[in-house]
Amino acid sequence: MIQFLQSIGRQVLDSLAGIGYALAMLMSAIIGKPQPSKSWPLFVKQMYVVGVLSMLIVIVSGLFIGMVLGLQGYTILVDYGAEQSLGPMVALSLLRELGPVVTGLLFAGRAGSALTAEIGLMKATEQLSSLEMMAVDPLRRVVAPRFWAGLVSMPLLALMFSAVGIYGGYLVGSGWLGVDEGAFWSVMQSAVDWQDDLLNGIIKSIVFAFVVTWIALYKGYRAVPTSAGISAATTSTVVTASLAILGLDFILTAIMFGG
Amino acid sequence: MESRKTQLWVGVFVVVGILALFFIALRAASGTMTTSGDTYTLYAKFDNIGSLKVRSPVKVGGVVVGRVTNISLSGDYYEPRVEMSISKEYDQFSETSTLSVLTSGLLGEQYLGLEPGFIDDSVDMLEDGDMITDTKSALVLENLIGQFLFSQGND
Repeated sequence: MIQFLQSIGRQVLDSLAGIGYALAMLMSAIIGKPQPSKSWPLFVKQMYVVGVLSMLIVIVSGLFIGMVLGLQGYTILVDYGAEQSLGPMVALSLLRELGPVVTGLLFAGRAGSALTAEIGLMKATEQLSSLEMMAVDPLRRVVAPRFWAGLVSMPLLALMFSAVGIYGGYLVGSGWLGVDEGAFWSVMQSAVDWQDDLLNGIIKSIVFAFVVTWIALYKGYRAVPTSAGISAATTSTVVTASLAILGLDFILTAIMFGG
Repeated sequence: MESRKTQLWVGVFVVVGILALFFIALRAASGTMTTSGDTYTLYAKFDNIGSLKVRSPVKVGGVVVGRVTNISLSGDYYEPRVEMSISKEYDQFSETSTLSVLTSGLLGEQYLGLEPGFIDDSVDMLEDGDMITDTKSALVLENLIGQFLFSQGND
């Protein structure tokens, strides 16, 4: 019994220490004297790795998800003679939910896992310690540009996802299934509010970007420096980040659209 | 050379992302919303507001001029009181204007239809905080059926 209590206590203390460590890591990485001339090239490099290389998968999945939404929505809406509501259905589900959430999940799988593996391997091969030996703060040099790149690029990716998805829904709905083109766009425009839907979607994607990048960097930085440890850290990044996205999405949706 | 290629791709990435934002903002969302910008507030009392909600539109002849901002019960008899903000662009409604709860389409959302009243020397214009007195309540299906059955019974 005492051992059981003790194990609970240890786990709670461990996870609290983990949260504290992650916060401390983030704080020391992003707070400090900005050095634009030094950090800008690093940031651009990471934007390429994190953002540009994720662009293809996000755009392709956005197109297909939009097309599937158009197809599925049409077959249900046509029963009620309401196929003109296809536009708002596609646009609202993409802007409010699917854009930020699916992009977040893809981003965790595509970019988050890569970040964790890269930093974990840097740790395993003692590159991080070497940086410290040379009086270069690895948090500022390695972690900070990756964090900013993730925070900037994921909202952009989510916007691309939504835009391409809406276009995919338009292609299927209007081009193939014969929903009137003018009605598709005009009903969509009257239903979508830029503040309620677009802005809230962007806020969601910024929150997800923050969480995913933070989790990925923390898991990599705290990885056990062995091959098994890096593999476990990478898996744990994807699982934790996906769960965090889905859980946060419910809370954010309840705050934004529940009232 | 490698760095220039990277920079080029990052530039393309950012531009595509901003283009996506413009596409959504211009094509999918209505950029101009009457409630953004200057508004003034009007009140109205109804017997029954049906399923009118906060943020329901206020329309004049189908054109949205404002939105419902608050719904509450007021007075000793607990009458529903609707607060709405109307765009300053349309500030020349006379006191004789009528307001009714209407439904768009058979299954659509309910909205407030504002009908501008006649203008006369003795009639003032509605201003911020004024109350519209001439209102028509929402049609409630059960009440209609009840009236119909009652009138059948009289024959």
